[in-house]
Amino acid sequence: MSTVMVNPGSQSHRQVAPRKRSAFTPARIGLYALLITSAIFFLIPLYVMVTTSLKPMEEIRLGNLFALPSKPSFDAWVEAWSSACTGLECQGIQVGFWNSVKIVVPSTIISIFFGALNGYALSFWRVRWAGWLFGILMFGAFVPYQVMLYPLVRTSAMLGIFGSLTGIVLIHTVFGMPVMTLLFRNYYAGVPVELFKAARIDGGGFWRIFIQLMLPMSLPIIAVAVIMQLTNIWNDFLLGLVFAGRENLPMTVQLNNVINTTTGERLYNVNMAATILTSLVPLTVYLVSGRWFVRGISAGAVKG
Amino acid sequence: MSNVSIENLGIRLTGLDILKDLNLEVAAGEFLVLLGPSGCGKSTLLHSIAGLIDVHEGSMAIGGQDVTWADPKDRGIGMVFQSYALYPTMSVERNLSFGPRIAGVAKAEIAKRVDRAAKMLHLTELLNRKPSQLSGGQRQRVAIGRALVREASVFLFDEPLSNLDAKLRGELRRELKQLHKDLGATMIYVTHDQVEAMTLASRIAVMKQGKIQQIDTPANVYGKPANMFVAGFLGAPSMNFIEGTLQVASDGERTVLFVSPTLRADVSGYGFATPPKGGERVVLGIRPEHISLTEAGSERANGNALVSLVEPMGANQVVWLDAQGVSLAVDADAQFTVPALDRKIGFAIQSAQVSLFDLQSQERL
Repeated sequence: MSTVMVNPGSQSHRQVAPRKRSAFTPARIGLYALLITSAIFFLIPLYVMVTTSLKPMEEIRLGNLFALPSKPSFDAWVEAWSSACTGLECQGIQVGFWNSVKIVVPSTIISIFFGALNGYALSFWRVRWAGWLFGILMFGAFVPYQVMLYPLVRTSAMLGIFGSLTGIVLIHTVFGMPVMTLLFRNYYAGVPVELFKAARIDGGGFWRIFIQLMLPMSLPIIAVAVIMQLTNIWNDFLLGLVFAGRENLPMTVQLNNVINTTTGERLYNVNMAATILTSLVPLTVYLVSGRWFVRGISAGAVKG
Repeated sequence: MSNVSIENLGIRLTGLDILKDLNLEVAAGEFLVLLGPSGCGKSTLLHSIAGLIDVHEGSMAIGGQDVTWADPKDRGIGMVFQSYALYPTMSVERNLSFGPRIAGVAKAEIAKRVDRAAKMLHLTELLNRKPSQLSGGQRQRVAIGRALVREASVFLFDEPLSNLDAKLRGELRRELKQLHKDLGATMIYVTHDQVEAMTLASRIAVMKQGKIQQIDTPANVYGKPANMFVAGFLGAPSMNFIEGTLQVASDGERTVLFVSPTLRADVSGYGFATPPKGGERVVLGIRPEHISLTEAGSERANGNALVSLVEPMGANQVVWLDAQGVSLAVDADAQFTVPALDRKIGFAIQSAQVSLFDLQSQERL
């Protein structure tokens, strides 16, 4: 009984001093200092881009890089969008924007569909040599693009799809396959196999189980896949330059053309506006869906 | 209602023989329980009946039709899994109707079947809910309903109650028994829980290492176990085993005695398969409820022992005895006043209830 007794003195002492974590310990100050400096460091280029794009050329020539624009105007943005010159044509980067949309939308949908299909087949159906097939697919993910560029050019030329929309969509689908397959395979590894067995007994075949059961269950991981593919394909420069063909050059390539077209004065404000416009899509995707991205990643990692 | 017959079934997974030369006949309308420790192949057997595991050799027929290589959906089976395996994105109603919808059953007929199953399983109010909004017991009822709606002639249960808490398990067990009575369908039920096996089964098949050790009514499996494994697996606390020898004395009337340092017992009334010659090394098995406690050194006592431990169970109490190094469990009345620990006490066995096993082969004599 004596061990249960509490010293009344110590008890009252505890009530007097309820511990509350102080907001300003040296460690906290150090932490905030580090976070704020790194935020400033990474935001400075963005700041310069935005302010420069809002200034007229006369103000830029003064050389005050960090000064706020005295009379902010969106003239440079309009010019970048609709009348900046990319080589000989002067239609702005809107052409590239729509080309990118035409490339990104089908590539994202097709690569996710096949990635999910691969992951599903590898996880639930006893595929002969499944381990080897998956290994080879993964191996593909570690070979640099540049190495495969020339063979791919020859292959797509042979297939007659070099320099066409079909060609670039196919290339993006193929390059997206390893990561998409890995993503979905890991997600489906967390799905209880009994679910699949129950569906088999209920009479579901390969496609029905995939489309009616597995795909609706995959929404969190599909969100992740969409974000990954959308930003990757949008940001791609090399594959678009090589495979898309003159008619379908994506926005990133057009942006490069805008900036490198040197006739007379360099229009820094237009260049900056064009750059912001180009990066707006992946930026928006991250800002809007970052929450889902994190949730999807963890949903894929943990069972349930 | 269909019978299931399995002949010389062999199943090999990753190069290992899980089942070999297995024969099993399940009569139509029977409730067969496959009982055994984990890893004994009972689930593998069930999944192969469902068609989810490929057969390596042998054949199986359901309702007289060879289904060795038939697709799961063509076997007329319904299956209930331990993890419920409900389709998470579908409502209860869609879960129930998934099978018939695939099979192309007419809409009105599906609605009728779903309605009937829901009524039977008290799911009518829950039809629009998602599985995540149901409790464990409700989920398992939906899983059972899925098999009902399929109008399966053979129901397969893979440890369906193991994920539920004790109270719910008891309730659902009773509901299952009622369901079997109402439907009269053939049911094959895998479990490692002997209470489920005893209460539900019309026959129990006890399995060990891919072999059926004994297949009989619950009363016979419990009362006349075929070998020491079956004897030890059923019953809690499990059967007491005592090593000893048989002595045959034929002074006028032929009597057979079991003799060991722990106890002496007259086993003349035992139904020996072959009459003993005397001198055999045997193991005597006796269930705790067939031993009674007496005064130390009493006339009736078969032996004496020290009380080592008492476990009160409410309705009864388990008294553990130390009889010359052999530990014996005795099932005593709750009213019975047990002498203090380490006191000497006598015990008497009901010799009509003993089981005798060969020491070497562990088979029943």
